[in-house]
Amino acid sequence: MKWLINHWEDVLIALGEHVAIALTALAIASVVSLAIGIWAAKNDHVYRVALAVSGFLYTIPTLAFLALLIPIVGLGKTNAIICMVAFSLMILIRNVATGIREVPEEVTDAARGMGMRPAEVLFRVELPLALPVIVAGLRIAAVTVISVTVVGAYVNAGGLGTLIFSGMSNDFAPKIWTGAITACALAVAADLSLARLETRLKARAV
Amino acid sequence: MIDLEALTKSFPGAPRPAVDRLTLTIPGGEVCVLIGPSGCGKTTTMRMINRMIEPDAGTISVEGRNVLHVDPVALRRSIGYVIQQVGLFPHWSIADNIATVPRLLGWEPTRTEARVDELLSLVGMEPGQYRQRFPRELSGGQKQRVGVARALAADPPVMLMDEPFGALDPITRARLQAEFLRILRGLKKTIVFVTHDIDEAIKMGDRIAIMKDGQLVQYDTPEAILARPVDAFVDEFVGSDRALKRLALIPAADVATTDVRIVEASPRLAANASAHDALAAMLAAGADCVTLVDENGAPRGTITLAAMRTRLTARDGTAGEMHPLPIK
Amino acid sequence: MFIEAWDYLAGHQAQFLAALWRHVALSASALAIAATIAVPLGVRLADSRGAALVAINAANIGRTLPSLAVLALVMPVMGTGFAPSLFALTLLALPPILINTYAAIRQVDPDIVDAARGMGMTALEIVRKVKLPIALPVMFAGIRTAAVQVVSGAVLAAYIGGGGLGDFITAGIAMMALPQLLVGAIPATLLSLGTDALFASIQRALTPVGLRAR
Repeated sequence: MKWLINHWEDVLIALGEHVAIALTALAIASVVSLAIGIWAAKNDHVYRVALAVSGFLYTIPTLAFLALLIPIVGLGKTNAIICMVAFSLMILIRNVATGIREVPEEVTDAARGMGMRPAEVLFRVELPLALPVIVAGLRIAAVTVISVTVVGAYVNAGGLGTLIFSGMSNDFAPKIWTGAITACALAVAADLSLARLETRLKARAV
Repeated sequence: MIDLEALTKSFPGAPRPAVDRLTLTIPGGEVCVLIGPSGCGKTTTMRMINRMIEPDAGTISVEGRNVLHVDPVALRRSIGYVIQQVGLFPHWSIADNIATVPRLLGWEPTRTEARVDELLSLVGMEPGQYRQRFPRELSGGQKQRVGVARALAADPPVMLMDEPFGALDPITRARLQAEFLRILRGLKKTIVFVTHDIDEAIKMGDRIAIMKDGQLVQYDTPEAILARPVDAFVDEFVGSDRALKRLALIPAADVATTDVRIVEASPRLAANASAHDALAAMLAAGADCVTLVDENGAPRGTITLAAMRTRLTARDGTAGEMHPLPIK
Repeated sequence: MFIEAWDYLAGHQAQFLAALWRHVALSASALAIAATIAVPLGVRLADSRGAALVAINAANIGRTLPSLAVLALVMPVMGTGFAPSLFALTLLALPPILINTYAAIRQVDPDIVDAARGMGMTALEIVRKVKLPIALPVMFAGIRTAAVQVVSGAVLAAYIGGGGLGDFITAGIAMMALPQLLVGAIPATLLSLGTDALFASIQRALTPVGLRAR
């Protein structure tokens, strides 16, 4: 891989862009999903509507979504981030709501009965115990987001996709290999580390 | 003291109220057992006292204060709450679990820590050994001991207990029942105890409130309920062996005469046994009387079958023979 | 904007239908091949242990790989066109079907299987009459996921010459021609949603009446 050795700074820049966009999108998606998820956990109607809407968004093909956003936000990082947040909503909202709902009833009953306020029950008991399920959702969202970012290069969002597209249009295989394999490695790394976190959290809250 | 006045609660879609104009006064420092068949409203009633369920009508007063005018959260922090599945927080240590209400109340850490150790000892669990453990490491019985300790932590004057020992095996249950009574002896607390087990009610209660279809059927001491069930429902509920159950409540010494006639074949019984034990001894030996002896073996008195029969009918309005089995 | 898109569509009907047909053909073939491989494999793996661990771990990793990356990796090896696209999309469809089939069969209550064996069913009969019907809903959920993923991925196949609706989108973006872009993006979205709805109703129909969640 002579090309890689000669151009490792370019690869690193692309990787850095990729991680930055992904983290931004995940952060935004997490905050939004946490709020909606908590609401949905307590309200069946909200749950169904939120899941239906976010499920609909998730089904839209990545490139189509990015393309449809162009008339609205043009090209660039914002476009890709909006798409990523939209895709992540379904799994995150579902897992936040499910995680909270799966906290054993007697635990929340005891908490309320001993005089914890609803907010105290939520933040001290329900969310900590829902954490493993929430992280499981984050794991899937992270992988999704990394995948979208690859395509996002085509709407000028930057990231490892730029290497792939450049390699394709110049018929230069090493760039394609580097971009694609790095993207795959990033996705696998994110998945494995979040999986470890999930396992550790599960052991804590049996 | 707890005062329930015309307490009523209906759930949507149900044909009758879950709790129907219930009026009941629990004297301070007593254990009042709420008992009845499934759906009689006993748990609903208990959960209205700490406003986990809001009543539709009627009033509830604890120590003279109308609880419906108090902030529910503040109310619950002053009432101990023990439920069947315990509900320990799995992500917190035993010490953190017990410290929950003191911390909610803002106690100083040193005071809280001392209290946690005190309570662990009280429920028979060595503080040094159990403080840092987690709920998943405990057995069912141990979990419920922690549950009781947790409820006692802020020293509330009132405690609500919803079938606290129901999920335990019979041996552990009996042990915890005895231990809890022992713990209560040193404290002055008003306890509302819900159960569906009549034997547990007789064992634990100073007073028993029998409920059916949301209404109070009989409210009296265990002895009185066993001796004078107010109707056929209560009679059947306490069981056709209620005369035997009564004997378990009567100390053998109460039925003995000091007239010590040492009959050779009569079985010996410790003086602190119950009349029930005396009857069992008689039947096992095929004898008509039992001699009570003290710890040195010296005879203290004699119990005869006739004396037991007389005692059972003494304050009874009805005839003394065992109630006939209901005809199916 | 939409009117222009409609005009564009009207002016390029043949091209559009060809792309649409290509897209559906690509997706359906990839899904069919993947299912043919993954379902029997998942059923077999459910009973083994060592091989299952390797395969399922591989599938889990496969599931995390960015779709475009997989498509891109195929290009230097197999070139561009229909076949490489089909190959890549099949690879993308394998993990969800395999994982779901495996999990679905494993989750069949062992007591039920025990009863079936005790009543004298052969291993093959047990699979056909007991395990598969009970496992079908979860299994089919995996196929449904794969279907949507494949239809979505087929849009990206445009990059490696696979044809399909993605061609309109990429051309539209490259030339900043909105009508052309919409002619690709909107039908692609509708196709994806339609596929999901179709498979959802098949899933409902396949769920044995006794297992339906009311």
